[in-house]
Amino acid sequence: MKRLLTAILGFILFIPMVSEAEVYITQEEFLAQRFAHLENGVQPEINTLWLNQSLQDAISSILGHPYPKLRLRYWRHGNQTVWFLDEIGKERPITFGVSVIDNRIDKIEVIEFRESRGYEIHMETFSRQFDNLTLTDDDKLSDHIDGITGATMSVSAMKKIARVGLTLHRLTTEE
Amino acid sequence: MKFKLALVAAAIMSCGVANSAEPTNQELLDLIKKQQQELKELRNAVEESDKKSEETIKAVEANMSASNTSNVSLGGYGELHYNNIEDNESIDFHRFVLFMGYEYSDDIRFFSELEVEHSLAGDGKPGEVELEQAYVEIDLNDTTSVKSGLFLVPVGILNETHEPPTFYGVERNPVEGKIIPSTWWEAGAMVNHKIADGVSFDFAINSGLEVPNDAGVYDFNIRSGRQKVAKANADSLAYTARLKYTAVPGLELAASVQHQSDLTQGVLSADANLYTAHAIYNTGGFGLRALYAMWDIDAFEADVNGQDKQEGFFVEPSYRFNDKFGIFARYNEWDNQAGSGNLVDTTMQQTNVGFNYWPHEDVVFKFDLESRSGAQDGNGFNLGVGYQF
Repeated sequence: MKRLLTAILGFILFIPMVSEAEVYITQEEFLAQRFAHLENGVQPEINTLWLNQSLQDAISSILGHPYPKLRLRYWRHGNQTVWFLDEIGKERPITFGVSVIDNRIDKIEVIEFRESRGYEIHMETFSRQFDNLTLTDDDKLSDHIDGITGATMSVSAMKKIARVGLTLHRLTTEE
Repeated sequence: MKFKLALVAAAIMSCGVANSAEPTNQELLDLIKKQQQELKELRNAVEESDKKSEETIKAVEANMSASNTSNVSLGGYGELHYNNIEDNESIDFHRFVLFMGYEYSDDIRFFSELEVEHSLAGDGKPGEVELEQAYVEIDLNDTTSVKSGLFLVPVGILNETHEPPTFYGVERNPVEGKIIPSTWWEAGAMVNHKIADGVSFDFAINSGLEVPNDAGVYDFNIRSGRQKVAKANADSLAYTARLKYTAVPGLELAASVQHQSDLTQGVLSADANLYTAHAIYNTGGFGLRALYAMWDIDAFEADVNGQDKQEGFFVEPSYRFNDKFGIFARYNEWDNQAGSGNLVDTTMQQTNVGFNYWPHEDVVFKFDLESRSGAQDGNGFNLGVGYQF
């Protein structure tokens, strides 16, 4: 009887249901939040950045591989830019939203998480460690980020994307 | 209108069009219409060309990111060890591991881990080829997923996360080898439920241990009881539960309980419980790991030599100076005969002190000094190199 109950419980556990990859915030919501300070009717410019060899080299030096796109769309208003960037944690790409103001991280958030481990990086208690960070002279983050045990690769992906966001901001806003 | 016609006429003349007679207004109107038609066709051609370019760019980008969207994932890790304890020297490619996964959909995935231990497997050889993980995982919804197949038991620190760059010390801590006993995998089903952000619960129904029980020296030796899901005796199942807290960056707190309905798989009726708890805290460069584990075995045959209670703990402070270099110290203590029936002190102690050097975040070189005491003796050092990808 005990064995039968175990088998039934096991079967119930496997009734397939459908869910989607976790979307914590949409790109539209992230943009609305980050540009909420703009006056009514003022919209950020939408720009396209073509990833030429020089830009790919800069990104590769951070990610360890070229960015798998020919161009990036980004939003800009004055000294603020917003980017949506993907990086693989352990197996699947994680989509991040990065807002940079004056070469400082305004906010970085997980937009969509597809990995099976490491979801904790989306938590505000973790992501707020990136607020106001800048790039050092050797293109590292200006402060230490406390990691998450068992989510080393997701944490690493987020740190790299923060550096890429800061690098792209500097390259697109410097005169 | 006259002005426009005059301009067109002037333009035609300036282009060097040779006309002996003045064009009529009708001729000029026809010419304008013809040019408007040509402009329209050109505009359509440009739009068509833009569309084709956009589609080409998208196709190229899709190809560029093919590795990101491929359903197949590959990974692995490995570690080479040199041990010198009391001048007993050995060198061993301890573990060579390949991961392979396949994503059937966003919600259903397969994951596997195949390992070669000690380089060479076969009759009379020191190593083994082992299937350590092979399961299908289904996300039931955003907070609950289920694994079915062969998976790592959710206990302790190293059992589920043991890639060499993720821990200090050439060898894994002995408490998680002698008491827990890592690496420990079983077959069955496991549900993971996220109660809240950073708080999760696991429950597994899985195959059980089968410890030796033939009045030999390995009786009730937990590590020897791993059946490794190899034509395993499934007479008596085990039930594992874990609660984990990771809501604060750098902090992990977890506790597990496992009930084995019979450690001897129907021979002696020896039910047992494993209790484990651990804490990990990293802030700035400072790190601390601590773990306690204990078996409580309910069997007269285990009472005789004090094997009814087996327990151990370790504490490991560390300091990481930068991305590349960190130091640690670890004190381990364990006893596989901690019950009152054992009148001899069988407690083992081991202290390791050393460093890790990471030339890359996924590659590590390790060194540590080792001092054994208590019911064992020996001093020496260990060297190692490890990687993951």
